[in-house]
Amino acid sequence: MDALSSLAAGFEVAFTFQNLFLALLGCFLGTIIGALPGLGPSNGVAILIPLAFTLGLPATPALILLTSVYYGAMYGGRISSILLNIPGDEPALMTTLDGFPMARKGQAGEALALSGIASFVGAFFATWGLVFLAPVLVGVALLFGPAEYFALYALAFATLGGIASRNQAKAAIAAMIGLGISTIGVDAMAGVARFTYNEVHLYSGIDFLVAIVGLFAISEVFLFLEHRGEGGASTSGTKLSRVTAPVSMLKESAGAMGRSTVLGFIAGVLPGAGASLGSFISYTVEKRISDKKGTFGKGDPRGVAAPEAGNNAAAGGALVPMLALGVPGSGTTAVLLAMLLALNITPGPLLFQKNPDVVWGLIAALFIGNIMLLLMNIPMVSLFVRVLLIPPRFLMPAVAMISFVGIYGISGSTFDLMVMVGFGVMGYVLRKLDVPLVPIILGILLGGEMEKSLRRAVQISDGDWSVLLSSPLTIGLWAFAIIGFVAPLIIGRYLRPKIADEPQAEGADPD
Amino acid sequence: MSDRIFGIACLLLAGFYLVSASTIELGFIETPVGPRAFPYIIGAVLAISALYPIFVPDAPPEWPDMRGLVEIAFAAAVMFAYAWLLPTGGFVLCTAVAAAVLSWRLGTTPLAAATAGVAISVGIYVVFHLVLGLSLARGPWGF
Repeated sequence: MDALSSLAAGFEVAFTFQNLFLALLGCFLGTIIGALPGLGPSNGVAILIPLAFTLGLPATPALILLTSVYYGAMYGGRISSILLNIPGDEPALMTTLDGFPMARKGQAGEALALSGIASFVGAFFATWGLVFLAPVLVGVALLFGPAEYFALYALAFATLGGIASRNQAKAAIAAMIGLGISTIGVDAMAGVARFTYNEVHLYSGIDFLVAIVGLFAISEVFLFLEHRGEGGASTSGTKLSRVTAPVSMLKESAGAMGRSTVLGFIAGVLPGAGASLGSFISYTVEKRISDKKGTFGKGDPRGVAAPEAGNNAAAGGALVPMLALGVPGSGTTAVLLAMLLALNITPGPLLFQKNPDVVWGLIAALFIGNIMLLLMNIPMVSLFVRVLLIPPRFLMPAVAMISFVGIYGISGSTFDLMVMVGFGVMGYVLRKLDVPLVPIILGILLGGEMEKSLRRAVQISDGDWSVLLSSPLTIGLWAFAIIGFVAPLIIGRYLRPKIADEPQAEGADPD
Repeated sequence: MSDRIFGIACLLLAGFYLVSASTIELGFIETPVGPRAFPYIIGAVLAISALYPIFVPDAPPEWPDMRGLVEIAFAAAVMFAYAWLLPTGGFVLCTAVAAAVLSWRLGTTPLAAATAGVAISVGIYVVFHLVLGLSLARGPWGF
């Protein structure tokens, strides 16, 4: 029961006025970010990182703020799914299938309350899963040498490309572009400049925050410009009655919530599969189990509870590999990893030993934040509904300007701002071509460590490259990587949301 | 077609990257894996993966029409100009203009866009600079 005593210590860290306030602020902002179509968890967190960083917040409060935003966005996405039939972010896509029909039947209040409770159940048990699973994974990770780490990074790219994208080759291209960007700058091991072309600004490399904000947030502005005037949002069609769910409805959906929580958590822990996959698998499985009268898709409450429990559980699950191994499994956890790296904290097994206060303070804050979110998302939901009515033509310029403020605050360099706009244009083009952006981010973030472990491994064995496949652990990891990359080619059609295959996914925000 | 062009662009990028990698200095110490090895691997994998979209392209994306492209190019130009002029013009002026232009291009009437630009700029200035103490670009008037 080591984990429990650590958790108790974590609550002491979290229960300060500042941390509670940041958790509350994060939950509030997160729900808004999740609810607004076009602003999702990964670009929301990406915009806030430079701000948290320049405000000089220490590691624990900064992480508490941003993971609260992450959890909050998972709650918020459902609001626009149910009321507008537009997913507020990608994981909330499945919620539209039964949520909007419920709203049209005049049950918008019930749907919002039920999905809020399902979100709470999913996130609450997933956070418990994090408490118990992360230390176990840390125990395994302590056995890892550089060769194992190299294989682990390869595994992360392979499953990310295999499971989460529609085209393996494009995911591989994206990963290589990211890794290539990470090699720009002075090589720390040999002390020589690489790919700098005598440009002073490039010697320190490309800042990953600049790349992330450009790729996610700025490219979103361009997409809005392209699609302007299409599909105005209005909630006028649906009336919000009292936001409560009758006990009978909760009883009916309890099984769906339980099953979806487990499935979502597993989907979240797998590297490469984020909350979108969690909500998709949960909905599909629940439909197979419970849809005996053909009510799914026509406003069945279980079809609302399942994806919401699933995506919130997956969000918690995705934190496990990020914290325990330093290998994020999804877009937003990759962005959170960027936050840690910016604060000079390397996640992984050593984080649990050196900075237990950071890890356990964060986990405790997630429990507290989850309760705040439940309280916020049921009685106060009409407040968020009003925020939904801000038109994008005012919102998007504000988002762009806040992105500039954040990046300028870090470096005070206009060169970085221009690089960011460049990344924005690149992100727009890649999104149009259906090239996933998350592998690029992951490549930029992990490239340095991946190369270091490769060089260490081969150096230790005195130049013998076969060391990369010498231990059973490395062979196992490589085997998993190959299966994760290739298997979806064969069975992929069953694993992926069909809706996500349609072109509208280009504008959706990765989770 | 778009995918073929993308594949060829990636192939060229890989070639350029590999050539650049071969000119990296090796440093003084002889090590089994120098600073060139990892870039070689990246370049090779990039080149191989770039072949796939060339030979098996996906359905082409819906590119915006001419007007849409001009809009996007214009917005990108506004953002570049914003980055360029920020130290000269100061935060509040530059941001108000840039936000107003973006809002106007997103479909707001000019007068409302100008108001929105000023509101966004002053709002950010008050929240981030006056309340949170973030340092923003100082222009000739100190704001």
